[in-house]
Amino acid sequence: MNRALLIVPVAICAVLVGIMGWLLIGAEGGKRNAATIPSALIDRPAPEFDLPPVNDAIPGGFATADLKGRPSIVNVFASWCVPCLAEHPLIAALSAEGYEVYGLNHKDSPQAAARWLGVHGNPYKAVGADTEGRASIEWGVTGVPETFIVDADGIIRFKYAGPLTPELIARKLRPVLEAVGR
Amino acid sequence: MIAEFGQFALILALVVALVQAVLPMIGAARNDAGLMAVSGTAASVQVLLIGFAFAALTHAFVTSDFSLAVVAQNSHSAKPMLYKIAGVWGNHEGSMLLWVLILAVFGAAVALFGGNLPPALKARALAVQGMIAVAFLAFIVFTSNPFSRLAPAPVDGAGLNPLLQDPGLAFHPPLLYLGYVGFSMAFSFAVAALIEGRVDAAWARWVRPWTLAAWTFLTAGIALGSWWAYYELGWGGWWYWDPVENSSFLPWLFGTALLHSAIVVEKRDALKSWTILLAILTFSMSLLGTFLVRSGVLTSVHAFATDPERGVFILLILALAIGGALLLFAIRAPAMKSGGIFAPISREGALVFNNMVLTLAAATVLLGTLYPLLLEALTAGESRVSVGPPFFNSTFAPIMVPLVLAVAAGPFLAWKRGDLRALLPKLVPAALAATAAIALTFALVPDGPALAPFGIGLAAWLAGGALAEFAGRIRLFAGAGDTWRRLKGLPRSAGGMTLAHLGLAVMIAGITGSSAWRLEMIGTVGIGGTLTEGAYAVTLDRINDGVGPNYSFQSGTLVVRRHGETVATLTPERRVYPVGGQSTTEAGIRTSWLADLYGVIGEPVAAPGERAADNAWTVRFYVNPLVPWIWAGALLMVAGGGLSLSDRRHRVGAPRRIATAAPTPGGAPAAAE
Repeated sequence: MNRALLIVPVAICAVLVGIMGWLLIGAEGGKRNAATIPSALIDRPAPEFDLPPVNDAIPGGFATADLKGRPSIVNVFASWCVPCLAEHPLIAALSAEGYEVYGLNHKDSPQAAARWLGVHGNPYKAVGADTEGRASIEWGVTGVPETFIVDADGIIRFKYAGPLTPELIARKLRPVLEAVGR
Repeated sequence: MIAEFGQFALILALVVALVQAVLPMIGAARNDAGLMAVSGTAASVQVLLIGFAFAALTHAFVTSDFSLAVVAQNSHSAKPMLYKIAGVWGNHEGSMLLWVLILAVFGAAVALFGGNLPPALKARALAVQGMIAVAFLAFIVFTSNPFSRLAPAPVDGAGLNPLLQDPGLAFHPPLLYLGYVGFSMAFSFAVAALIEGRVDAAWARWVRPWTLAAWTFLTAGIALGSWWAYYELGWGGWWYWDPVENSSFLPWLFGTALLHSAIVVEKRDALKSWTILLAILTFSMSLLGTFLVRSGVLTSVHAFATDPERGVFILLILALAIGGALLLFAIRAPAMKSGGIFAPISREGALVFNNMVLTLAAATVLLGTLYPLLLEALTAGESRVSVGPPFFNSTFAPIMVPLVLAVAAGPFLAWKRGDLRALLPKLVPAALAATAAIALTFALVPDGPALAPFGIGLAAWLAGGALAEFAGRIRLFAGAGDTWRRLKGLPRSAGGMTLAHLGLAVMIAGITGSSAWRLEMIGTVGIGGTLTEGAYAVTLDRINDGVGPNYSFQSGTLVVRRHGETVATLTPERRVYPVGGQSTTEAGIRTSWLADLYGVIGEPVAAPGERAADNAWTVRFYVNPLVPWIWAGALLMVAGGGLSLSDRRHRVGAPRRIATAAPTPGGAPAAAE
């Protein structure tokens, strides 16, 4: 066996360990958990989109016009996404507090999405099925889950990429939610 | 007091492990028999100490001693006894204690049954086991002490996550850990062999049964976990490519490759460096799995109660163990001399192909699992994604197809140089079985996905090949007397191989059937309401309320009709556990072995178009064809592993027998496996 080739496994191992270390230490510095990505969409009007409902049983159809008039929370989710399940109870809690929470169902099959909402509960006022991911591109979605806060004029005021946590909601979402009102 | 003794035993075990890690290594280098013998004593003392600590923790759970933080957070006095005991490993601290207990048991097994091992190899392997034990015992003692007290002690506990209160899941972690940790034996022997600079048939003969045992446990553990997910999560699915599932699947893939390449080392004295590398990689995957699940580096449902300090600690263990072993490999592997040469078309060639495909498949799963992490690191946290089942389904299955095609042919090939022309007639039964299965499937289910009949055909090909090979081995068609004599004389490992390969065939049929022809319906219905789809109609007959040992439940009675005739009555439940405020679904399942009828009820809601709440239920109903075959296949694989293990050639625990069949170093046994 070639000697140089034998170093490859060691090198791969070193790179992987380095990356994981960075992620862990980064988490300690609070960087990873507070990855509020400054989005080009902040303080801009929500993009134009018009999505059909997931199926007849789930309240749905979600379009730009829904976001005008009252402040709202837009949550991008998918049934195949494990972090989405983790933050789901928190979304449900926000919905129970009286916030208008809309669901953008990202690249999902309608059956899987309906099943997921059936099992874990549907906290959304309405859900739009973005089967092809076109609307997600308009929203600048880089992954699921993502959460946006849109004010009563339909202007995006906040974006967070990644699963919400109670701490994050208290620290980052609450100030924005209070500013935009209910 | 017992808990304090437990903690003391754990600290003592750490000290003993340190001794075990250092002294035998020095002894082996100086050829000092006294120092080398320390390894066996230390390993035996260690298993007693850790066993005592584990018993102390179990005692705390059984007596509901809520002054221990772990017990208060994970148990409850109203819990059934089975789950009090299962609660011992249903939490981070306890599960790590189970991890080191199993490690110590394996170490003690080497000390007890390794009498025929070369003393230096035994001492070095046990020293490496000692190093792993030092790392994990230190991890437990310094970051995850299961015996820390709460003052004041709460009146009652918080309860185990109700999802985990299930007989299937009670035994899932111990089986999984027996598999994970069992691979540490192959790792320790690989590192010991690298230090010695010598790998021979005797080495492989010793390593193989341990790998086989670990593999068998891991197979059973993964299958049990998937079965649990199927009937408990209520999605009608059995595998989700979740990072935690993947981290148990990765050691399985590498372990399967190791199992096969070790045969080549044992029989033909070839593929040595590769087998050593596989042994290192397999246990590395076990460590990586432990790290991913325990550190919270992967964003997953499991990641919330984790602590970065623990993550850094396990990462350090990971870096030292894997990095160190791979570095040692890079330095010493060129010194390994390979004996046997072989042609590409040969038994060895087929096993190399098996290894290449399994490694590629494992690399794909590893990439899919780690890609979200890599992307996040490369974009400095700007970008995060989840890699879902679509990726794994579209990459993993195509990679595995050539392997399954080859599995039927491999056992027919001769060692060293196989004859392709002689092989083809032997594959005729497999080809006939595959053709018949494809035609039959097309005829029976003409409107399913076009690829599905080929999946069934693939399963039939493999089953046909495995059975034909077995029939040929016992000369099934050459007279009953001869067949009986051959059947009795057949090594059990040969029967084990046939069973395991048959199990794979049955599993492939199950996977194909359940993913291709599944029927599902979902809807909100009131009592008396009916859902219909295809030939099936499901009626929600009634809803009953009731109370279990530590939960209350609502059970629905679903009457299933096919073409108007009642075929089954399912009674799914929705349970609410008041202690934690959580609820679980219990699917109602009726199986005919050809298909499962699977029903679930959701929370009560308002019927569509009505204002009154709680008078309708979300009902989901699935017909999952062939799904029981998946677990039947896994069971066959486990049986095959067990049968092969019982082969007298490497019977563990019968040192005298092993001694009589002592391997001649470097010599290849004549009998074909």
